[in-house]
Parts: sequence; C-alpha cells; structure tokens
Amino acid sequence: MASTGTAVAGGRPRALRWAPYLLISPTVLLIAVFLVYPIGSVLYYSLQHYNLTKPWANGFAGLANFREMLFEDPLFWTSLGFTAKWVVAEIGLQLVLGLALALIVNESFIGRGLARAMVFSPWAVSGVLTTGIWILLYNPTTGIVRYLGAPEAAVLGNPDTVFGALVLTELWRGVPFFAILLLAGLQGIPGELYEAAAVDGAGRTRRFLHVTLPHLRDAIVLATLLRSVWEFNNVDLIYTLTGGGPAQVTTTLPLYVAQRAIDSKDFGYGSALTTAGFVILLFCSLLYLRLSRFGADHKG
Amino acid sequence: MATETIARRPERVRVQAAPGRRPRRDAGRVLRLYVPLALYLIFTLVPFYWMIVFALRPTGSTAPVPWPITFEHFATVWNDIGYATFFVNSAIVGALTLLFTSVIALMGGYALARFRFRGRTLFMVALLCTQFIPGAMMLIPLFSIFRGLGLINSLWSLVIADTVFGLPLSIILMSGFVAAVPFQVEEAAMVDGCTRTRAFFAVVLPQLRPGLIAVGSFAFIHAWNNFLFALMFISRQDNFTIPVGLSYTIGEYSADFGALAAGGVVAAVPVVCVFAVIQRYLVHGISAGAVKG
Repeated sequence: MASTGTAVAGGRPRALRWAPYLLISPTVLLIAVFLVYPIGSVLYYSLQHYNLTKPWANGFAGLANFREMLFEDPLFWTSLGFTAKWVVAEIGLQLVLGLALALIVNESFIGRGLARAMVFSPWAVSGVLTTGIWILLYNPTTGIVRYLGAPEAAVLGNPDTVFGALVLTELWRGVPFFAILLLAGLQGIPGELYEAAAVDGAGRTRRFLHVTLPHLRDAIVLATLLRSVWEFNNVDLIYTLTGGGPAQVTTTLPLYVAQRAIDSKDFGYGSALTTAGFVILLFCSLLYLRLSRFGADHKG
Repeated sequence: MATETIARRPERVRVQAAPGRRPRRDAGRVLRLYVPLALYLIFTLVPFYWMIVFALRPTGSTAPVPWPITFEHFATVWNDIGYATFFVNSAIVGALTLLFTSVIALMGGYALARFRFRGRTLFMVALLCTQFIPGAMMLIPLFSIFRGLGLINSLWSLVIADTVFGLPLSIILMSGFVAAVPFQVEEAAMVDGCTRTRAFFAVVLPQLRPGLIAVGSFAFIHAWNNFLFALMFISRQDNFTIPVGLSYTIGEYSADFGALAAGGVVAAVPVVCVFAVIQRYLVHGISAGAVKG
C-alpha cells in the first residue's frame, strides 16, 4: 500500500492511504451511475415491452424483442451488414491515409506547424457540421461536384453513389485523428534506430518496414480498434447526411437504435438492438486484440 | 503498462521527431513530401472554403469567390433562426464540461500517476474499457436516468453526459502529464514544510498548464460538438445547442444554402480556433500517455 517515491515513506502514511481513493471517487461514482448502471438497465429493458408512446402495453416481454429482432426484422440484418461494410471501409482507408499523413507531417520542413494545424483541423469539426459542409459540396446545382463531372442526379439520393459519398465525407473528418494518434506513435521511435539502420545500408523502404512499422504496431492496433468503435458509433454524420437512406441502404445498427429511440420511442425493442450491438462489439474487440497479439513482446 | 513511456518528458519526444535528417530540396523530396501534402491540404481546405463562399456571397450568386461580401446570412441565422440562443447554450455546456472534466481528471490523473494503491490496475482497466462503450447505444438508458432525475430539457443532462464520456481518456492523458513532472519537485516543497496539498498547488499545478489546456480543450470541443445527446435529451428550442440547431437548418432550410453555410461558420469558428491553439499539446499529450498508457 506504499505510495510511489521515497518521500512518502517518511510523510503521513495514514492520511495518504485513503488519498488516492478520495481522488478517484468522483470518477468512480460518475462511471458507476452513468455508464455501468445504464448497461445493466439496457439488459433489463431488452426483456420488457417498453414504449413511451404506448404505455398501456408495457410489461415483461421475455425474449419477444430478441425473437422479433432475429426473425422478423430484416432491417436488423441489413443494418448489421452495412455497419460491417462501413467500419471496414472507413478504418482501412483511414489507416492508409492517416499513416501517410503522419509520416509526411513528421518530416521537418518549413511551415510544419501550420501544415499540421491545417490538415488536422477537420478533427475538431462535429458530424453535423461536416454534413452541413458536404451538403454544399454535393448539391448537384450549386455544389463543387458539378466541376468534377459528376452525374446530374443527386449524389446522396442515388443508392449507387451514396456509399462512396458517405465514406469520402467521413474520411475528411476521420483521417486527421488517425494521423494524430500515429504521429504520437512515430515520435516515440528513437532516432538512433534510423541512424543505425542507415549505417547498415537500409534504404528508405526498408527503414520503414523494419523500424517504423514494428514500432508503430501497438499504436496501429490501438488506433484501429478505438477508431472502429468510434466509426461504429458514428451516428451524427449518417443521421444528418443521409438519414440512413435512400431506402435504408445506409442505416447502421446504432443509427437504427437511435431512430427507434428518438423517432418511435420504442425503448424495449431499442434496448434489445443495443444489447445485440454490445455483444457483437465486445466479441469483435476481443477477437481483434487476440489476433493482433496486442501488447505481446514482438519487438525482439 | 509502459511506465517508461508515461514518464518521458514531451520535450525529449520533440527532439527525436526529426531523426538526424536535414531538409534537402531534391526532386524526390518534392514528390514524396510536398506534392502529397499539397493534395491533402486541398482536400482539407476546399470544403471549408466552399462553406465560407456560401456564407458570404449574396443569395442567388454562383460566383466561386465571395464577392460582393454580404453579412445578410449571418443576420438571418443569428437573429431569426435563433443561433444567438444556441450559441450561448453551447458555450454554457462547453464551459461547464471543461470545468468539471479538468478538475475531476486532475484528481484522477494525480492519483494514477503518484500513488500505487490497491485497485489501481482495476481502475485503469475500467477506464480503458469505457472507451468501448458507444454513446449512441446509451441513448435509451441515459434518457431514462435523466428523466428520473428531472433533467430532461435541462442543459445539465448534457454537461453530465459529456463529462462522463470524456472523463476516462482525460484521466489517462492527465496522468501522463502528472507523471512527467518529477516527484522531486514536490518532495522538495514538502521538505520545506509544505503539506502535500500545498505542494501540489504551489509547484505541480503550474507545470501542468499544457496538460490542462489539452484536456480542457478536448472536453470543450467534444461538448460543443455533441449532437445525439442534445437531440435526445433536449426538445425545447430555448435549450437547443448549436449542432441541434444546425441539424434543423439542414433539414428545413435545405434550399437556403446561405443560411446553412452561415450557421456552419458560427458552429465552426470556436472549435477551429481552440483547435489551432491546442493541436501541438494534443500530439504531445497522446504520445506521453494515451497510446501506450
């Protein structure tokens, strides 16, 4: 129970024994009340008929919500499929572009600070604002797409183009934070390693493959995982840009939950969908951590 | 947990950033560095530019430059649509979230960095686990809780939700910054007769300025931008925040692009300004603690 540092040993050990608990108590309290308890209550609601607009029908439902979800609701399955497609496309592209961007702004050149501030700035922009900006770009009559030879039909109203438009929009906002995380990882690589590799005659490509990538491994695994959860969770942009349309082809599972919760106030069924989302997310995260052997000693 | 990483001072990291390479102006460097950077800058900045053009040029104009300049769209959104109110609400939520997050993260970060207590690892793991809880999936249970507390339609529901969701990462970031302040500094003050609390306020807190700036700005930006919680918990227009107001502008004024763009500029200016100031602290903060913490 001793604290760090030698000074504490001669100090006031009795007072210091409870000091850390006092310091973390607000955090523990907030997390318990507003994160842990709600997760428990989702599980409870998922077994209930609970609709704010139909209070007379509320009551214990057993597994009825789950039965409806799995067997009678095709939108659950299509939204799940689209979620997977969305997360994989976004994370794959954000990783490649974010790594390239991080490598570029890690070089030293004149105006680097300004360049960083500019390329990272879309990170600070909200999903709704991103929608506002890109609606102006995508509009067929006034948008910038008309200079790029886009078809006359609205990009966002066409099931063939809406996915690409959505992915591009989110890349604009998503790549910067990926680059920030990877840049932080790059700055932790000791410069001597590059010098040693250069002395050994390693070219730029080999230095990247044998020095940079292995050292970035944990940062990449963590960034892809955090960003996957984040993109999974990314309702703001899709809700406002396409509303899940046209014809529900861009509805992700969390967006579907949000629509059920906000529009139809069907909390029981929404909680069943939420529970399914948690289970899937947890399973995928654990699988990914396992497969990537995160934190294992692989640097040799 | 790589404590060695936590303890590294940001200054050292910066020195290592450019590993002994001098800028050379050869063709390879132009192709490898400046061309992709220029392309990416175009991709980043053109959307901002396009919004500003729409916000400043008169209705009906299709010119690609904002000339002649008009502020009629700003007058419309600020006075008629109610952005003046939305702006104040967002500022209140942002400021209170910043305050609570900073204070609580400072306490938690100090505990993590300076004490080895029973349950410390559990606490760390719990903080990391919260990062895998999507906010969108918590709409229903949080709505029920806030309804029980009588906080629906109150800005406090947003302050609480934004604080809770931002807190774990803020604590991890802050503990990295605290660990970077040598314990000897505190020790010396205590030898001089300070209590630990006084030593903290007198010698540690001043050195945590970059950390407080990073964590506070992070909290402010997230609170300013949060849309779903505000959409779910607030239904009275007097209490709308900027993102909710903007989403209605997108829906209702989809023909009036000038108003939409002006609303966008109002929404963007505070966060982009905050971001421009803090982005370098952010990278240092993450390399000091979050990624490998």
